[in-house]
Amino acid sequence: MTTILDPSSERSPTIRARLPRPASLDGKVVGLLDISKARGDVFLDRLGLLLTARGITVKRYMKPTMTRPAPLALRQQIGTEVDLVIEGLAD
Amino acid sequence: MPDGLNLPADGLIAVVKRDCPTCELTASVLGTLAAVGALAVYTQDDPSFPDTIAAPIDDHDLTISHLLGIEIVPTLIRRVGGVEVARSYGWDRAEWERVSGVAGLGAGLPAMRPGCGAKNVEPGTIERLKVRFGQTGLVSRAIDFGAGEDEMEAMFDRGWSDGLPVVPPTAERVLRMLSGTSRAPQEIVGLVPPDLAPATVEKIAINAVMAGCKPEYLPVVLAAVEAVLEEPFAMHGVLATTMFVGPVVMVNGPVRRQIGMNARGNALGQGNRANATIGRALQLVIRNIGGGRPQEVDRATLGNPGKLSYCFAEDEEDNPWDSLATERGVTAGKSAVTVFAGFGLQGVVDQKSRTPESLARSFAECLNVVHHPKLAPSCDAVLVVCPEHARTFYQAGWSKARLYEELYRLCQLPGDDLVAGMRGIAEGLPDSARGKMISKFRPGGLLIVRAGGGAGMFSGIIGGWSASGARGSAPVTIEVKS
Repeated sequence: MTTILDPSSERSPTIRARLPRPASLDGKVVGLLDISKARGDVFLDRLGLLLTARGITVKRYMKPTMTRPAPLALRQQIGTEVDLVIEGLAD
Repeated sequence: MPDGLNLPADGLIAVVKRDCPTCELTASVLGTLAAVGALAVYTQDDPSFPDTIAAPIDDHDLTISHLLGIEIVPTLIRRVGGVEVARSYGWDRAEWERVSGVAGLGAGLPAMRPGCGAKNVEPGTIERLKVRFGQTGLVSRAIDFGAGEDEMEAMFDRGWSDGLPVVPPTAERVLRMLSGTSRAPQEIVGLVPPDLAPATVEKIAINAVMAGCKPEYLPVVLAAVEAVLEEPFAMHGVLATTMFVGPVVMVNGPVRRQIGMNARGNALGQGNRANATIGRALQLVIRNIGGGRPQEVDRATLGNPGKLSYCFAEDEEDNPWDSLATERGVTAGKSAVTVFAGFGLQGVVDQKSRTPESLARSFAECLNVVHHPKLAPSCDAVLVVCPEHARTFYQAGWSKARLYEELYRLCQLPGDDLVAGMRGIAEGLPDSARGKMISKFRPGGLLIVRAGGGAGMFSGIIGGWSASGARGSAPVTIEVKS
């Protein structure tokens, strides 16, 4: 029998259920996250206009670069200020 | 000392092997000591040795030798009341007389003769003994394969392979790998994306075993891992991008030749163990420790074959140019790795240029089409200059700095040609580029190294990631630590 050493990080991922989708956006605050990818702002600008026209509060955020995960402070800020986030992921 | 070894509580113990001239030399002395008092002689190889002793004790499984911590044979030990009180290595008359308490030993022998290495500390054996006695100090989870399980297939089945067979990382192999560095096994080299899992020296050594590395490669692997985990390299993004890139490892300094890396013919190709396995180990670290796998967080559209391993040494010998590492601040004579987020190899074929001016123009024309002829700035790039091309610059007295200067100058493109839609191609720059000269490369975005065989006027370009520099990945250079 061969015994080997585990090459992985030995982590067991925790599976967490997604939050339920909101039945309506009424009264919700929607975050729009621009990850600094080309034309993401065009998409989010249009989305912001459509949401605002429906009376929904919109907040805009921006990652400094799409090449790195969002800074912790930004993630915490978004988490405390909005009910849901729409991210412009790709160009 | 564990119980049950039946070591004599009082008296002398000698550990010897026949394959040791000093042990042969001291055989008569051991006979003398056996005649005057209690002496147990443990023999590591030939149970009939020495024939001056009535009953040498067979220790060819090296249990006693290991548990006594023998490093040199012959070793002479005195025990009193079950406790060791004196020890001597090799043959040294005065020392043997002190340990044994017997005067006038070995008349006719030289006063002193160094011993030989003990069998229990030979590479390959010491690791086996540490595993047998639970002394590895390793903390990674041990995984038993089933008796009927093919170990090579088992490694694939658990998702630990890059698609090629990997060497099963047994504790013995991992211990042997760790002998290649003085760094502590539990030192954390960095956090590996995307999971940001800590990469300890031990975990990296496990993956280096799997990649096929030799222990002496480990310091280079550690430096490469450390380099890609530096913030400016942005390993998370390099992994997650849809573009082609992966880490390219370029090695400078004495370590290249010490571990037999290839900087010459086929330097970027197959066939050299160090080149092939160091880059592979780095990729396995990203995969297995960091959890970065293709079609998961690795979103590459095509990837490139170098994502199996992309590692080579610079040819630094017999030429006037600074190496890549010294150019980037490493003291000459030190070893270093430079990592670059790169892909593939675009050949530069120029067999007619005999002046540096012509050759620099050739290089620039080829560099100007990296990614797309109409994109600028496009990405960083490594220019790998082959010896026959390098010779043209050396003979004309061009420094490396001069070549950089000329290339940046020649890689300025008229914005009018680059605008989207121009030349019948939708790809291109916005209208704001009109009337301007646009640099193909950001300042510092070109790297020049030399490698390749002596014949052939064929240099190469390793393209980079469109997110280069501060907004994406910048090359990182790190010294190799022993």
